[in-house]
Amino acid sequence: MNDKRETILAVRDLKVTFTTPDGDVQAVKGIDLDIKAGETLAVVGESGSGKSQTMMGMMGLLAGNGRVTGSAKYRGQELVGLPLKGLNKVRGAKITMIFQEPMTSLDPLYTIGRQIAEPIVQHRGGTFKQARARVLELLELVGIPDAKRRIDSYPHEMSGGQRQRVMIAMALANDPDILIADEPTTALDVTIQAQILDLLNSLQAKFGMAVVLITHDLGIVKHFASRVAVMRRGEVVETGTTADIFERPQADYTKMLLAAEPHGRKASPAETAPVMLEGRNVSVDYATGGGLFGKKSGVFRAVDNVNIRLKEGQTIGIVGESGSGKSTLGRALLRLVPSSGRYQFGATNISDFGRSAMRPLRKQLQLVFQDPYGSLSPRQTVGEIITEGLYVHEPQLSRAERDKRAIEALKEVRLDPAARNRYPHEFSGGQRQRIAIARAIILKPKVVILDEPTSALDRSVQGQVIDLLRDLQKTHGLSYIFISHDLSVIKAMSDYVVVMKNGKIVEEGDTDAIFEAPRENYTQTLMNAAFTA
Amino acid sequence: MISFVLRRLASAVPTLFIVVTISFFLMRFAPGGPFNLERPLPPQTMANLMATYHLDQPLWSQYVSYIGNAVTGDFGPSYVYKDNTVAELIGKGLPYSMELGFYALLLALFGGVLAGTIAALRQNSALDFLIMSVSTMGVTVPNFVVGPVLTLIFAITLSWLPAGSWGDGSLRFLILPMIALALPQLAVFARLTRGSMIEALHTDHIRTARAYGLPARTVVITHAMRAALLPVVSYLAPAAAALLTGSAVVETIFTIPGVGRYFVLGAINRDYTLVMGTVVLIAIFVIVFNLLVDILYGLLDPRVRHD
Repeated sequence: MNDKRETILAVRDLKVTFTTPDGDVQAVKGIDLDIKAGETLAVVGESGSGKSQTMMGMMGLLAGNGRVTGSAKYRGQELVGLPLKGLNKVRGAKITMIFQEPMTSLDPLYTIGRQIAEPIVQHRGGTFKQARARVLELLELVGIPDAKRRIDSYPHEMSGGQRQRVMIAMALANDPDILIADEPTTALDVTIQAQILDLLNSLQAKFGMAVVLITHDLGIVKHFASRVAVMRRGEVVETGTTADIFERPQADYTKMLLAAEPHGRKASPAETAPVMLEGRNVSVDYATGGGLFGKKSGVFRAVDNVNIRLKEGQTIGIVGESGSGKSTLGRALLRLVPSSGRYQFGATNISDFGRSAMRPLRKQLQLVFQDPYGSLSPRQTVGEIITEGLYVHEPQLSRAERDKRAIEALKEVRLDPAARNRYPHEFSGGQRQRIAIARAIILKPKVVILDEPTSALDRSVQGQVIDLLRDLQKTHGLSYIFISHDLSVIKAMSDYVVVMKNGKIVEEGDTDAIFEAPRENYTQTLMNAAFTA
Repeated sequence: MISFVLRRLASAVPTLFIVVTISFFLMRFAPGGPFNLERPLPPQTMANLMATYHLDQPLWSQYVSYIGNAVTGDFGPSYVYKDNTVAELIGKGLPYSMELGFYALLLALFGGVLAGTIAALRQNSALDFLIMSVSTMGVTVPNFVVGPVLTLIFAITLSWLPAGSWGDGSLRFLILPMIALALPQLAVFARLTRGSMIEALHTDHIRTARAYGLPARTVVITHAMRAALLPVVSYLAPAAAALLTGSAVVETIFTIPGVGRYFVLGAINRDYTLVMGTVVLIAIFVIVFNLLVDILYGLLDPRVRHD
């Protein structure tokens, strides 16, 4: 590409090494990158590819056990090895960053106005009082409504999207040359994600800074980047214009990444398939406030009068943003939270079933969670974790029989049966999710509720887990309720889709109908906000 | 804020009542009594004494009259220091204990936070190791060892400071007991600060502050320190209550006329009223300091602000 724009940041043979008890780990293995004035460069890669550590290394933000070597020249000035005093003149002024975690990247103890003012006062001098006018201007620029009042808000009083806007305001405060956005929307809902990316885009058009967009999401890359660098295991495997990368990928890894977008369709079950699980007029209320001396309590309706009917062999995808009530609905259907409504499992009316009445049915109604790290006990071996349910539901089994079932279950999720003697921390995120699935299927359930089972996983791993879930469904005739905020995963997994917002069903129908011709505004907004690669 | 304070003060009343009730009956169920001496008193004298102090009445009626008097501020006469009421004894001793305790609290707080911060900033260095070793000693070596050792070194061998007594109340007299009193708390503050400081330095918002070119001093003092102080502030209430109400050991070693001794002496002598008086005193201190700390906590952390 014959881009005449000036290179303002030249990275050469940059290496990042971490000293660990197991020896040195090289996270970045000598990469070259050029960032040109005003461009949007996407650095794409899966977790562990070193894309964030490259930026952290360059900016002197590595963890204590990390060190950086090589060269990163910003307009001729070497950043690697620059003493802190010199580096502090660049970062926050010429090169600024926004981070993945909008909830924790701001100091909870100071108002957002003061935090945005800090880099202004630091780099331009003056007092906090003088900086206030500039802060107000910035807040309006990033679209915080009622900026005059919000300037004195604390981070915990704002939503994730608003906090990310505050971070962007901070990043713009000193008219930077380069803005590094490290997974800026990964923690946000799709509609918010679209707003934030649009905001970044329009601000870039207005102020002309270069943006380095670090992401794992190819959809975002395709829509926002002009150039792409693909990273894998600490190396850049391919760079090129966005069009080249998507249409003529050269490296095998790039091709694999592009192919890893979830695809495939699921056929609907037969009309005559029996209904496995049904909820009518499902409502869930949570009390708010309260406490011994607290104020008068209110009621928050998390799920509002929802009807749902799951047939044998069917997968219903429940899609919605955080707070839409989709997870709560899943738990209500399994009778895990107090809820009103009529519930039917097969031929049994379970509306009035309490904990002990439900217990024998739990074997057939299983749940898999999102977090493959938090949902497995770190102090149990994998074998203990997956056979735990057998102690309750099939106590007559002998030790050898349990072990045999564990081996079968692990084979089914395509893990080495030897895994049962190891502990969860020895496994990757995808492997852990397989363990969680094994724990559910070892009981030979009929219905499995999958609550964001792929959300914490890389795309390529996601695809494998989806394939596995599909195969298991075929072999065992399972019915799934698949809860996710990720439309492409929903599309690949389910034959029927339910769109939820504020506890209510906005729209439902066969997957093709919902995706091809969404009727409701909200569904259309969701579809538009999801950048599909 | 005002309603929060009033609510908390109102909830202090049942707390105090429960503390007083439990201590009253526990004390009475302990074997012995205030007049059981090594050489037993003649039965007639004993009976007279019991009648004088109403100890011959049923327990519940003693309890009712104790509560009734206590509400009006009358904590009764001491059974052992016969010429004094409990209120007099505490009133005389408390200023000494509080003054000494206040200095010790300042020393423990500032010394501990400073040491902990330095240790956290130099994590795993020799200095960190040294500070943590000394603070382990501070926690583990009891003050009945620290006190005499300090006296031996600074008063007897070096003759820099007086070995004991309140003297004229000048700082010279207070330094050694203050150190002996403060050391265990200082060590706790240092450990707490170090731990929470290390945690604070690893948070995302500290990374943000560094990424925006704020100098190390600003990052540590305005951002990390404020977060790190929250657990320290929580510990401030029990530490303040413990230090300001005196220490039996330190006051005995350095012959300070404070109230710390009364709790132990009262318990040993079965001086029921004296023990009850010190229990009420300590309970009030704990309640008041917990309230102060909660207000302070709200000022430091907007997430738990009381409105």
